[in-house]
Amino acid sequence: MTIRFVLNGREMCLDVAPDRRAVVLLREDLAVLGPKEGCGSGECGACSVLVDGEHRLSCLMLAAQLDGREVLTSEGLGDTETPHPLHQAFAAHGAVQCGFCSPGMVVAAAGLLGKKARPSREEVRRVLSGNLCRCTGYVKIVDAVLAAARVLRGRP
Amino acid sequence: MNVRLPVTLAELFAALEEPGARVLAGGTDLLVQLRSRAGAHGSQTLVGLERIRELQGITATDGVIRIGAAETHASILENRLARSRLPLLTAALAELGGPAIRNMGTIGGNACTASPAGDSLPPLYALEAEVELASRQGLRRMAISGFIQGPGRTSLERGEILSALLVPQAKGFDLHHFEKVGRRSALAIAVVSLAALIRRDPSGRVLEARLALGSVGPTVLRCPEAENLLTGRRLTLASLKPAAAALRRAVTPIDDVRATAAYRRQVAGNLLLRLAVLA
Repeated sequence: MTIRFVLNGREMCLDVAPDRRAVVLLREDLAVLGPKEGCGSGECGACSVLVDGEHRLSCLMLAAQLDGREVLTSEGLGDTETPHPLHQAFAAHGAVQCGFCSPGMVVAAAGLLGKKARPSREEVRRVLSGNLCRCTGYVKIVDAVLAAARVLRGRP
Repeated sequence: MNVRLPVTLAELFAALEEPGARVLAGGTDLLVQLRSRAGAHGSQTLVGLERIRELQGITATDGVIRIGAAETHASILENRLARSRLPLLTAALAELGGPAIRNMGTIGGNACTASPAGDSLPPLYALEAEVELASRQGLRRMAISGFIQGPGRTSLERGEILSALLVPQAKGFDLHHFEKVGRRSALAIAVVSLAALIRRDPSGRVLEARLALGSVGPTVLRCPEAENLLTGRRLTLASLKPAAAALRRAVTPIDDVRATAAYRRQVAGNLLLRLAVLA
C-alpha cells in the first residue's frame, strides 16, 4: 500500500507492506536509526517515537498506522551541527553511557516538554518510567531533562 | 498480512467479513502475540479501530459514564469527567503499563484481551460495568463479569466488536481504593491487585462493600463472602482480618514467573487489610 506521512518534518510517500513494523520501516527502509528495537514487546521504550506529538512505541505499530501522521524521532529534534537543548543537556550531564536508550529517552522527554514547560522532577521520572536504561541509574537523565527544560523556557 | 483502518462502523463491519479478519485496537497485546507466532498469519487481515470516531468519546447519562472502546488509557486519564466520576478506574489506569503503552492501549482492548491481570478490570468489576457490543445486527449489552469467560476468552461473536464500556458512577461510595502489587512500579504486570468500593453510614459502619481481585484466578474475582463479612462493621483490623481470610480462601492463583500461588494468596488478603489505615 502507499502511505504518506511526515517524518521529522519531511513529507514521505512510500510503497510498503501494510504490516511492516514501524521500527523496521524507519531503520531499514529509511535509515533513521534513532529508534532501536530492544525487547520488541513494549517493555523497554528504546523504539520510542512521537506520533502527532504523542509518545508511542514504533515496535508495536504497523506501517499502515503511520499514514497521515506526523512522526518525530531524535534525529528530527536536531543534529550534530544544530543539536536540540535535550541533546546538549544529555551530553553535558553525562546522561549517555552506552547510548542505546538515549534516542528513546530524548523523544519521551521531548513529548513531555512539548506539553509542559516546567515539569517537576517527579513528572519527568513518570514520563520516562517506560524507558529502560541499564547504565546510568536514571539520575543524570532526569537532571538532563530538567536542565533542557530550563534552557527551552529561556528561549524567546 | 493485510491491514485495514476503516473510519466508520459500516466500513468496519464490511472489513470484518473478510476471511481471517481480526480486530486491532491499540496493538499493545495483539502485535506482541502475532510476532511470537511469526509466519503463521499470512492470510490474516488486521482491522484497526483507531480511526473510527463512533468508538471514541466519553459521555455521562444518568450516572452512567459511557466510554468509547477505542479511547486510550491516557485519554481517559486526561478526561475530566472520567477523573471526577470514576476515580477507582482512573487510579488503576494510572498504573497500567507505562506512558507510551497508555497512549496506545485502549480500554476496549484491555477488556477483550481478557487477561486476569488486565489493570482496568478489577475496577470495572467493582463498579459493575457493562459492555456494549456492536455488530451489523445491532447492539447488545451485558455485564463485564459475563462478557469475560476466561483468560483470553470473551462472549464476542464473529463480526462483533466491543463498542463501549458503560460504567456506573459509584454514587454514595465514600472509599474508592485500587492497589496493585507488581515486580516494579512501572510497566509491571500485576502479581495481585485489589479494587475496593465501600459505602458507609455516618457512623462509619459499612452499608455495602465491593471487592474485586486481579491476577488470582482465570478471571477477575468478586468475593461476596468477604463483602458480606464487612457489612455492618467498621473498617478496623478486627473486622478486616476475617474478610481477608475469606479472600484467601476464595482465590485460585497459579505459580508463574512473577510469583508463586502461595505468595499471591497471602498478598490478596493483605491488600484488604490496607483499608484499616485508609478508613
